[in-house]
Amino acid sequence: MNPTALIAEDEPLLAANLQAELARLWPELEIVATVGHGEAAVDHGLALQPDVMFLDIRMPGMSGLEAAQALAEDWPDESKPFPLIVFVTAYDQYALQAFERSAVDYVLKPVQPDRLAQTCARLKSALQQRALPQAVPNLGAVMDQLRGLLGAAAAPAAAALRVIQAGVGNAIHMVPIDEVLYFEAADKYVRVITAEREHLIRISLRELQPQLDAQRFWQIHRGTIVRCDAIASALRDESGKLTLILRGHPDKLGVSRLYAHLFKGM
Amino acid sequence: MSASAPALPAPEHPLRLFALRGARVLAVGAIISALVSFAFSRTVLNSFAYGMSITMMCWFFIDGGRLAVARWVHRNAPPDADPASLRWPGWPWMLTVIVIGTFIGFSLGNGLANWITGRDSPGILSSNLRQAMGLMLISLVPGLIATYLFYSRGRLARSEALAQTAQRQAAENQLKLLESQLEPHMLFNTLANLRVLIGIDPPRAQLMLDLMIAFLRATLSASRAATHPLAAEFARVADYIALMQIRMGDRLQPQLDLPADLAELPVPPLLLQPLVENAIKHGLEPHVNGGRLIVSAVREDGQLLLRVRDTGAGLSTAQSAPSDGTRFGLQQVRERLTTLYGAAASLALTAADDAEGGTLATVRIPIASP
Repeated sequence: MNPTALIAEDEPLLAANLQAELARLWPELEIVATVGHGEAAVDHGLALQPDVMFLDIRMPGMSGLEAAQALAEDWPDESKPFPLIVFVTAYDQYALQAFERSAVDYVLKPVQPDRLAQTCARLKSALQQRALPQAVPNLGAVMDQLRGLLGAAAAPAAAALRVIQAGVGNAIHMVPIDEVLYFEAADKYVRVITAEREHLIRISLRELQPQLDAQRFWQIHRGTIVRCDAIASALRDESGKLTLILRGHPDKLGVSRLYAHLFKGM
Repeated sequence: MSASAPALPAPEHPLRLFALRGARVLAVGAIISALVSFAFSRTVLNSFAYGMSITMMCWFFIDGGRLAVARWVHRNAPPDADPASLRWPGWPWMLTVIVIGTFIGFSLGNGLANWITGRDSPGILSSNLRQAMGLMLISLVPGLIATYLFYSRGRLARSEALAQTAQRQAAENQLKLLESQLEPHMLFNTLANLRVLIGIDPPRAQLMLDLMIAFLRATLSASRAATHPLAAEFARVADYIALMQIRMGDRLQPQLDLPADLAELPVPPLLLQPLVENAIKHGLEPHVNGGRLIVSAVREDGQLLLRVRDTGAGLSTAQSAPSDGTRFGLQQVRERLTTLYGAAASLALTAADDAEGGTLATVRIPIASP
């Protein structure tokens, strides 16, 4: 069966060009979808399960990096191996350093045919390795790479927030940060859950995170940040999935595989 | 800017500087003493004993007094104040220091020289009033001259250092401005598109290249002219938008409204450029469906109102995570307005108040009466 690939690139001309160059360099590679933003890349990626994904870094909505994270978190266990990811970027000196460090493949725009040929060669040999009978699932290695990239992409810590100001009607509720059990992303908002009640604040989790003390507030999923003191225990089920039980609150929180390494017995 | 390299040369240790000045005074005192002994045919020993003792004593009390008084005067100064100004107490205090320092210095120096030579030259207190006044005046003059030289030299060094700093800051600003206008991400993406078009659609590639050339030319020459007509400003904005449209396709829907009677009004070149860039970069590009970009000019209460409005992501995201480039772009527009029009001009960034959402940037500049 021919290898398959997905291209996520918001500029139509560049997407068409990448497809054309790939067709020339690697005719067997079948492009199963070309999408224009990060959310579509995740949806189509999960649905079509391609062997290779080319992800533009700067896309509308979700960035390429965030799309890769979402894919890694939601990738079903009993399916094809996780796609080989190639990031595509016009200019991003910090991301490039991170790619080099994490040994992640990337191509620069304008795409140089020689460089793309190298990438194709690497991808081909990686796919061959995978096809061997003794090949092990690669998700662990991918997780390590993504953790490296996400760590590097994290914004430098601003002054840590002490109080969450949540507007309710005409009133502003002042919620001390120590009372927050966890934060949960809800579209463009964040739900702030305390033992007594919950609030909605108009900020994205991505914008909130740099303002939190990383020692005390742990990200456990791309949509969840929990105060570590509020965690009573972490339970692992038969499939290896981790669930957190909180102190003084009935909610159970799922830990994505990207953050499962945070929980291990001492 | 404030965090970058210190504006003035690193201050040396005050005691070292004090000793250095002492050594210089010693040399000057030696010359004076030699001249005195030559001119008045006194014995060299006597001239040197009195000349050197009085000179050194006067210097010690004046210079030391200056430092002590300056420290006292500036005792409440903020810790980051310029150290050079902290060592100058101001002229009224300085004159007092000179008079008192000369009096004490002369008396002690005279006493010291009497003790060395075994003679009994009268001090100020033991002379009659006229003699005392004369002695004081003669001794005050060198102190005053030296102080004045010290003061003006310090000021010269300071103003030189300030001029250097200003020059460096201007150069840095120019560089940052250029960098923000020739944003690498935009540049390489445009080149990537161009590379593709050359292969599949040469006429469109040529058009894109022409737009790119116009954009580059405008950017690089923007700093040379103080103003250009509003029509030219709109033409440059149109070039840039056309360039971005090739890349973004339908996701960018521009609309430019320039009433004919405003076309000739002078505006600073590329004033709108950073605002249009922001609207695209932070409003429309991150928005999955893109949106409309409206650039308009109207006359209102004798002012020219320039509006850049997008129907994109809106302020909440754009404002809470502004990249350095954005902040610099806005700050740069504000600075240019202030420099050119003072308080009469302004730039406001607000959330658009209708259902379509997005961000509205409004520039107000006074219309000069012809």
